[in-house]
Amino acid sequence: MTADIRQHSPILKLEDVAISYETRYGDVEAVRQVSFDVHRATTFGVVGESGCGKSTVAFGIVDFLGANGKIVDGSIKFQGRELVGRSQAELRKLRGDQIAMVYQDPMQALNPSVTIGDQLAEVLTTHRGLAKNEARQKSIDMLSRVYMPDAANVMKRYPHQISGGQQQRVVIAMALLNNPALLIMDEPTTALDVTVEAVVLDLIEDLKRDFDTAIVYITHDLGVVARVCNYVGVMYAGEMVETGSVEAIYDDPQHPYTQGLMRCVPKLGTTKESSRLYPIRGRVPAPKDRPKGACIFAPRCDYATDKCHTEHPLLREIQNGHRARCFYSEVIDPEAWEPPEGLVPEIAPAPETEEALIRVSDLRTYYEQESRSVLSLVGLGKKQYVKAVDEVSFSIPRGKTLGVVGESGCGKSTLAKTIVGLEAPTGGEAQFLGFDVTVPLSNRDLKLIQELQMVFQNPDSTMNPSYTVGHQITRPLERFRTVPKASAYDEVIRLLNAVRLDGSYYHRLPRQLSGGEKQRVGIARAFASRPELVLCDEPVSALDVSVQAAVLNLLMEIQREYGTTMMFIAHDLSVVRFFSDYVAVMYLGHVVEIGPAEDIYAPPYMPYTEALLSAVPIPDPTAEQKHIRLEGTVPSALNPPSGCVFHTRCPRRAEMLPDGGRICEVEKPPWQHNTEEHRIYCHIPLEELRKLDPVVTEV
Amino acid sequence: MTVSEQAIGQPTERPGGLRRAWEGARVLWSSKTAMIGLLIVGFWVFAAIFAPLLTPYTPTEQDYTAQNQGPSAEHLLGTDSLGRDIWTRLIYGAQVVLVMLPITETFWLPGGVALWGVIIGLLAGATLGLIGGYLGGWIDEVVMRILDAMMAFPVILLYMIIIAAIGASATNVVLAIAIVGIPGIARLVRSLALDIRTRDYIRAAELRGESVWYIMFVEILPNARGPIIIDAMLRVGYAIFAMGTLGFLGLGLPPPSPDWGSMVAKGRQFILSGSPWAALWPSVAIASLVIGLNLFADGLREESLRYQ
Repeated sequence: MTADIRQHSPILKLEDVAISYETRYGDVEAVRQVSFDVHRATTFGVVGESGCGKSTVAFGIVDFLGANGKIVDGSIKFQGRELVGRSQAELRKLRGDQIAMVYQDPMQALNPSVTIGDQLAEVLTTHRGLAKNEARQKSIDMLSRVYMPDAANVMKRYPHQISGGQQQRVVIAMALLNNPALLIMDEPTTALDVTVEAVVLDLIEDLKRDFDTAIVYITHDLGVVARVCNYVGVMYAGEMVETGSVEAIYDDPQHPYTQGLMRCVPKLGTTKESSRLYPIRGRVPAPKDRPKGACIFAPRCDYATDKCHTEHPLLREIQNGHRARCFYSEVIDPEAWEPPEGLVPEIAPAPETEEALIRVSDLRTYYEQESRSVLSLVGLGKKQYVKAVDEVSFSIPRGKTLGVVGESGCGKSTLAKTIVGLEAPTGGEAQFLGFDVTVPLSNRDLKLIQELQMVFQNPDSTMNPSYTVGHQITRPLERFRTVPKASAYDEVIRLLNAVRLDGSYYHRLPRQLSGGEKQRVGIARAFASRPELVLCDEPVSALDVSVQAAVLNLLMEIQREYGTTMMFIAHDLSVVRFFSDYVAVMYLGHVVEIGPAEDIYAPPYMPYTEALLSAVPIPDPTAEQKHIRLEGTVPSALNPPSGCVFHTRCPRRAEMLPDGGRICEVEKPPWQHNTEEHRIYCHIPLEELRKLDPVVTEV
Repeated sequence: MTVSEQAIGQPTERPGGLRRAWEGARVLWSSKTAMIGLLIVGFWVFAAIFAPLLTPYTPTEQDYTAQNQGPSAEHLLGTDSLGRDIWTRLIYGAQVVLVMLPITETFWLPGGVALWGVIIGLLAGATLGLIGGYLGGWIDEVVMRILDAMMAFPVILLYMIIIAAIGASATNVVLAIAIVGIPGIARLVRSLALDIRTRDYIRAAELRGESVWYIMFVEILPNARGPIIIDAMLRVGYAIFAMGTLGFLGLGLPPPSPDWGSMVAKGRQFILSGSPWAALWPSVAIASLVIGLNLFADGLREESLRYQ
């Protein structure tokens, strides 16, 4: 009977936990009143935007808070034993034996100068006192269980010799070696590509079942939560605002913040014309600015009343274990929600034109690579080339958006850099407004430079930290003489207003802005010269979902206002779908499928597109998605596969082509036209590809 | 704290110079090391500027009745072998080091030999470093190899070669300090430029068709200023040291001008005969000023790192 009780008692139980950090300005409460239970063989997802205290909770469980952090209140019970107040020595033993952690960056969890085999075996020899041979054998077994191909061989390698996805598998294997009762994962797939992420998420799902482990899974990605978690806790500004089963939270969110988050996320199934993203107004307050004695979400809530501003709500049960920290959960009907005036601009559809603004054909950008042989020292070595962009052709009609998707290293950023002139192309043609854009930047006409601008990815490096916002937007105005000198100030204010920042930002320095605000200034700067074509290189991938929604809306609004044409690069297929009229899918420097967005996201698919789509985590636990996983890793661009570049990983060619798809290995595939605009780079006949089912079917 | 308040609050005006100076003073005040350094350096700067008011003598005035004396009410730190007042010579010597650079007999520039040496070295070194770091390629290769060759010489030897070649005078010591400092400064600026040039705002500048010089000096250099300023302060310390060494070897300012290094060299002969003062005081002066500058630079560096 005792065994039975143990079966049902939670592995981990947090009650009213509060964690503070000591700072220069006194103690700051990072997390307060956090309570949740995690049971064996279930995954509890902690989800929220950055700065909400997710990681603090994870580190708090094992008391990894550093010298200035401490748990000030509440209790953390692990298998019924209290953890708060234990000495570091006791905790260390526990962490090694029964609690394991997996972090975001696998390269930081692995020692680069020790072989993987030694690192894995060390866990067993230290904690279990196993003999070296036995530990080795067990390590190999464990690597096989995390689906590591060629496990015995991987044991001899160093971490840098295997890919990022494989590294993360090694870290997970290491965590599982001691058969821990609790596994804490902090954004374990955030640094990985979608196709790799999909494989790791499958693995986590399998392991939970096989090992009977309780998992705390921390992420900002609502799609990932829907795929791997059984229970979810939504955190906002250091508090748990809603907890419940994953179905309940996605189906019937009770807290206005959760409802707002759901409206921020672009969904794969929706089209550009019909869909809207509704950002949450305002921003997450810093710990010291959080409202006291009031609902922390009240300043941003559409339903807030006087009570919300004067009383602090508690997490209370709404129904069957679904709890929310809101006074009005029963009253609020999210279906009846109407966006407040001015939150989302009316966006007119793009004008219909046939005229192509930019036409690129057979564009190639190769990087020369010195070979490491002795001959190359004397200049006789054979030159090798990294084919970053190869045989790329497309055109963008005026006023439309071309989305470019692909995994990291597929050449999408190089393509953008080649067009703006930051990289010199090796061959091919590119025509834009009657200019030849294959010439390097230094030889370009100022008029051409003015018409081609870029929005960058990283908000922290997009602005020069030494100059004010106003100065940085004024500079392109002066350079290109867009407006007369006297009216430059007014023009800057107008641009700032266009990106929804008021004039007070003129004298601010970049360090005084948040990530989203910096990105807006970056957009204003790009549009200052009134360019015809703006290339956006992952402009929202570093931003939180609610900020991302606002920036995406803004980009679309500005695009309509100025009639700008855009190339939008992203790795997130949902965002690209939301934003683009046309989509190009890239793999290993090649465009493998291109066409209007609706056609790309429906059959016939190029097999790579199909695999990408089926890997995307969808923020809807009820959506049905085909299960296609790519084997192996992206081949090196230094030595790309012959024939079709995708043949080494293609899951379709063996079953759909005669002779097991031998033709793909030797012959370059033809461009098959599905419609006039939709082209697929594949040997498999279109009739066959058309028979495939759509990847995503919503219930 | 002020940062986030501004970010959330009402329209802000451009932060005024006064306010920024106040912020800087606050950073300084919170570092004990930097404050002690500043006090020592401040003492010498003050003494150098107001030298004529702080002593009744001139630096070359000889009193044959009082040679090699210890400290007394009449001569604060004693006298040297020619009966010259050591305190007077020290503070007039500090003038040359810190506040005035004699070009000819009658014409001088504000700022001492050590400061001018570092400033000129900084201008040349930073330019070379920016060229190497931002442009890269063969230009970088050529510039850096030449600088490497310079670094291969021992510093003292390099000073001696330069001074022996162009002669001993205040301006030539400035030149020597500048030339010897160039490789180190160039290396520092190059490494900073290599990092900064990868930032997206440099791409943005290139996409405005800005000139290479604009990008190097307007976009890159201001963002490298922190480490450069700290390095420059340490370099002023080394320069004072170098001046002392050159003076001691007889390659400094020609006599009878009050030069700390040559004062030590002159006074050295009388240490064993019971009059160590003429050698001791200028040594203390050199050491205290160098230590003061180092403390100041270290404190500033620690404090600025802490603020990030």
